[in-house]
Amino acid sequence: MKEANKHSEMQKFGMVIDLDKCTGCGACMVACMAENNVPFQEDETDPLLSVKWMRVYKMTNGKPYPETDICYLPRPCQHCEGQHEGHSPCVSVCPATATDYDMATGIVSQIYTRCFGCRYCMAACPYHVRLFNWYDPIWPPGMEKMLNPDISVRMRGIVEKCSFCFHRYQLAKDQAYVEGRREIEEHEYQTACTQACPADAIVFGDLNNPSHLVHQLAQPDLKHHGKPKNPKAFRLLERLGTNPKIYYMSSKKWVRLAGDNYTREELNKKRT
Amino acid sequence: MDSALIPEGVNRCPIWKFLLAIAITSVVLLWGVYAMLLIYMKGLNQTNMNNAYGFALWIWADLAVIALGGGAFFTGLLRYIFGLDELKNIINYAVLIGFICYSSALLILGIDVGQPLRGWFIFWHANVHSMLTEVAFCLTCYFMVLTIEYIPLVLENRQIDRVPFFHNLSHNMHEIMAVFAATGAFLSFFHQGSLGGVSGVLFGRPFGFREHVLVWPWTFFLFTWSAAACGPCFTILITKITEAVSKKRLVKDNVYDLLAKIAGWMLTGYVIAKIIDTIYWATTTVPSMGFHFMQFYSNNALYGPWILITEVIICGALPALILINPKSRQNPKLLVIAVTLAAVGVSLNRWVMVLQVLAAPVLTFQEWVLYYPSWQEVATTILPVAYGVIMILISFRYMPIFPQEKELNPIEPPLSTAAVEETEEAPAEAAETAAEPELKPAEA
Repeated sequence: MKEANKHSEMQKFGMVIDLDKCTGCGACMVACMAENNVPFQEDETDPLLSVKWMRVYKMTNGKPYPETDICYLPRPCQHCEGQHEGHSPCVSVCPATATDYDMATGIVSQIYTRCFGCRYCMAACPYHVRLFNWYDPIWPPGMEKMLNPDISVRMRGIVEKCSFCFHRYQLAKDQAYVEGRREIEEHEYQTACTQACPADAIVFGDLNNPSHLVHQLAQPDLKHHGKPKNPKAFRLLERLGTNPKIYYMSSKKWVRLAGDNYTREELNKKRT
Repeated sequence: MDSALIPEGVNRCPIWKFLLAIAITSVVLLWGVYAMLLIYMKGLNQTNMNNAYGFALWIWADLAVIALGGGAFFTGLLRYIFGLDELKNIINYAVLIGFICYSSALLILGIDVGQPLRGWFIFWHANVHSMLTEVAFCLTCYFMVLTIEYIPLVLENRQIDRVPFFHNLSHNMHEIMAVFAATGAFLSFFHQGSLGGVSGVLFGRPFGFREHVLVWPWTFFLFTWSAAACGPCFTILITKITEAVSKKRLVKDNVYDLLAKIAGWMLTGYVIAKIIDTIYWATTTVPSMGFHFMQFYSNNALYGPWILITEVIICGALPALILINPKSRQNPKLLVIAVTLAAVGVSLNRWVMVLQVLAAPVLTFQEWVLYYPSWQEVATTILPVAYGVIMILISFRYMPIFPQEKELNPIEPPLSTAAVEETEEAPAEAAETAAEPELKPAEA
């Protein structure tokens, strides 16, 4: 049992998103909403009021035609580890311990029934992944029958966010237990957005497990807070010390530079 | 009609005037209550807050009133712990203003949370690493202390004081008030600081983030310091407004002078610390995160360098200079200008440390997000102001808040005109002699 715990402590689930492959189709957003019972309003035109655990941003290189280039960037919760394990920007500030960093999986969870809606975590998150339920969750008649029974719906007045489809992890663990196994295979726990991506741009798995594709793609440097060794990979706002578990890959330099902030001098150095 | 309730030896306006003022303020209060009920019933979608602005007008109002109410703890510290006896003539009002400010802050917090019925989770499931937890505990405890400090004032009402039990209770509470003043100062140091820490610990928000001393960011100390400096300024300002409305002098000039001098030196120290903090933040902290500090003051319609200059220079250094100079602070008009600027300055600082933190983009592909409050937010923010006015109206009418009022506004012609003239010319000496016997009932 001790051995099993020791092994599971080493799990660190993360994601690699290949931006060269992403077409911005939004299938990941739709799959996420359907899987996680994410509520929606009649008018979803205002992104500042809508709840979307996965959001696809459109970035441009800011250059005029014909040098214009665009890139789509899907952004789930970054499940930050912080500078020491568990010191995520949001977890450390929540006054009611309604959000937690799971040492066994590296997943930042949200306890909906404990959150009292102070929104401090929203202020703390630089990625804007934390969303508030401004309205009551109401589904059109009949649609409530389509709700996922493994996920609780959230009430008005609390914060919610991407959970890396944690219920799927629990189901996979249950299945493995029934079959007499302690560990789950890579394919047994995959997020809804990963499976829905038609371009195969999203890869999910255990960053600590060298046999998992995410580890091979991102090549996280464990001595340097998981910083990617792959020169094409980067993490959003790496310099803030949030130590996120979402790695992006792009062959385009401007895209990689857009992942973080640089002073003018630093930018000139990097471009040359 | 209510003359039996009015403190002896002082004049109050006719009852109809008093009731009219209460009625007018109550209309505003009811408007706020209506907005509050709308928010409770329909939710926070009644506000203009959004996913970019989790904190907005209410959190600013909370931080601002707590800073402005800082006059209570700091004046109490000076009066009871440092033994500045002259301040007994303004401490009652400082406590009342503090009580109003802190009860308002708790009221606003009660509206602000998405699930108010779960508000107690902050105590039950407390996360000791969160600055908000520290705020909640210290704020609640300090509000209890303020209530204990305010109770003797209520007990000194003429009719209540006639009951021996209440008279003795009030007397005994006065005797041990130094203990509560010390407790209040200790608690205030932490919750004022923790409110500064709320933005200072946000390492994901470069505009608010500050370097740390142990677990406390610089903003922790700056918030406490600014509250200690500007809280007494607000106490002076409200006292001056009360004097203007009641058309009588309530506190002697030497008391104003002493409090203004201390506030002035505190403000001077704070402004120097704030300038050092800003320079360090601009030259070291934000460049290490990949930002140029001017990024936080450009490319948007509201937040420019003007806000920093207004906060630190116009509403910081300028009032500090006025207040540390004896000649300028003894000029009544300049004194009012200085304390007003200080109160505006600290409120502006709280605005910046809440809203500008959230407005500034951090991700490179995002823009500034600006915000204006909905009428429901405005009404619920004005609600505590109306409540405060009503509290002051009632307290001023029925409680002996100002120990020097009788002496400064004698109802019958004074026995010795010369003595009064002497008092006005040399207020400091007069306070030590003539005023002393008058203070006995309130300070007993």
